[in-house]
Amino acid sequence: MEIAISIITVLMIIGALYAIHARDLLSAVIACGIVGYGLVICFLLLKAPDLAIVQIVVETITLIIMVAVVLDSSREEKFSKPDGQGYISIITSILLIVVLFYFFKLSVETLDAFGSGSLRMAAPYIEGATDKTGSANLVTGVVFDFRGYDTMGEATVLVTAVLGVLTILRIKGKK
Amino acid sequence: MIVYLLCFILFLVGLYGLITSRNLVKIAISMSIMEFSTFLFFALVGYVNGGIAPIVDPADPVKIYVDPLPQALVLTAIVIGLATTAMMMAVIIRLYRKYGTFDIREIKSLRG
Amino acid sequence: MKGMTVIVKKTTQLIAGMVFLYGMYVIVHGHLTPGGGFAGGVIMAGSFILLILAFGSDFMHLTKEESGTTMYENLATLVVIFLAASGLLLGTRIFFLNWFPKGTLGQLVSAGMLPLYNVFVGIEVASSILTIFLALVIFKEEISE
Repeated sequence: MEIAISIITVLMIIGALYAIHARDLLSAVIACGIVGYGLVICFLLLKAPDLAIVQIVVETITLIIMVAVVLDSSREEKFSKPDGQGYISIITSILLIVVLFYFFKLSVETLDAFGSGSLRMAAPYIEGATDKTGSANLVTGVVFDFRGYDTMGEATVLVTAVLGVLTILRIKGKK
Repeated sequence: MIVYLLCFILFLVGLYGLITSRNLVKIAISMSIMEFSTFLFFALVGYVNGGIAPIVDPADPVKIYVDPLPQALVLTAIVIGLATTAMMMAVIIRLYRKYGTFDIREIKSLRG
Repeated sequence: MKGMTVIVKKTTQLIAGMVFLYGMYVIVHGHLTPGGGFAGGVIMAGSFILLILAFGSDFMHLTKEESGTTMYENLATLVVIFLAASGLLLGTRIFFLNWFPKGTLGQLVSAGMLPLYNVFVGIEVASSILTIFLALVIFKEEISE
């Protein structure tokens, strides 16, 4: 299990690197799709069918919106030569990578090994959850019953994002 | 432990793209990649060896289940990610109409 | 935005209704099978996006105004908040109280108020994503004029 997920994650990393370095913006957007659809396979391997259903549809709609934005533009990315301060940038990035990996090492020592699954909050959400919520799908029970405040907050964020899009894109105003 | 490391490297790739790229569409793509790595990390934390998907079968209810809490958190975050990506795209298309380019250096120099 | 060829239009006519029905199925069975309000709402919005992409932007006069979808979105959010607050009206002090009778596990009508939450959150997600897409389509049309 761990090996399969590692292979797919390596593919996702390669896709992400290509998406960042591609000359053509359309191929960059489609290479971003590699990462998204690879995430779908990871969710299926990690026994999360709810997330896989949502992610595969959301990724398709995101690609449609991104392609619609990119298609009627010039699509070319202009590269310019870096200026003279290359050494400072390289030293800074190496220092940043060292610091980030140090904090990663600190934090991953507190986590359990992959698959041992001894989260403190896991047991109360699983044992007796069907008696409390009556829902056979435990994820729906958590989303709408135990963690209802979260869901209401995210619904509010969705409404706010839609209002933002309408505010930005409206040209003529209402008649 | 190697999957956590790969997930962190995916996050770092997104961060690298966010810092170095000068193109607005690529900045949006990099933020999407960082989001994806976060979702993957949440799903990895909740996995249990030999567990099945958290759907209770009323006939046979005693089994090992995967932790449903991280899945519930990620489920809403994915849809929010779609909305925020669309909002970023709206800002980008509006900037392109005004300045005729995606490059943030040119936008900065055009602003007199 | 113009429509596509005859083949795409015919295939879309056959498929779009199925996609919409599948979205409704995922929403209604959200407490029994994988899925729920978020997944089903995105699938329902996807069926409308498919129709608009295949038939052009003046199909069903959907893109004349995005105010209809915004109204549904805000109404659905309001209904979700009222359902969550309905526990307060009964005299308890619990927000998001699941006070309907639970029923038997595994039946379609069970789990108290969770199917209602699923339905209204599904309507909200579907209409908000459709609103975003319609706003982009209307913007591109006004640009090309």
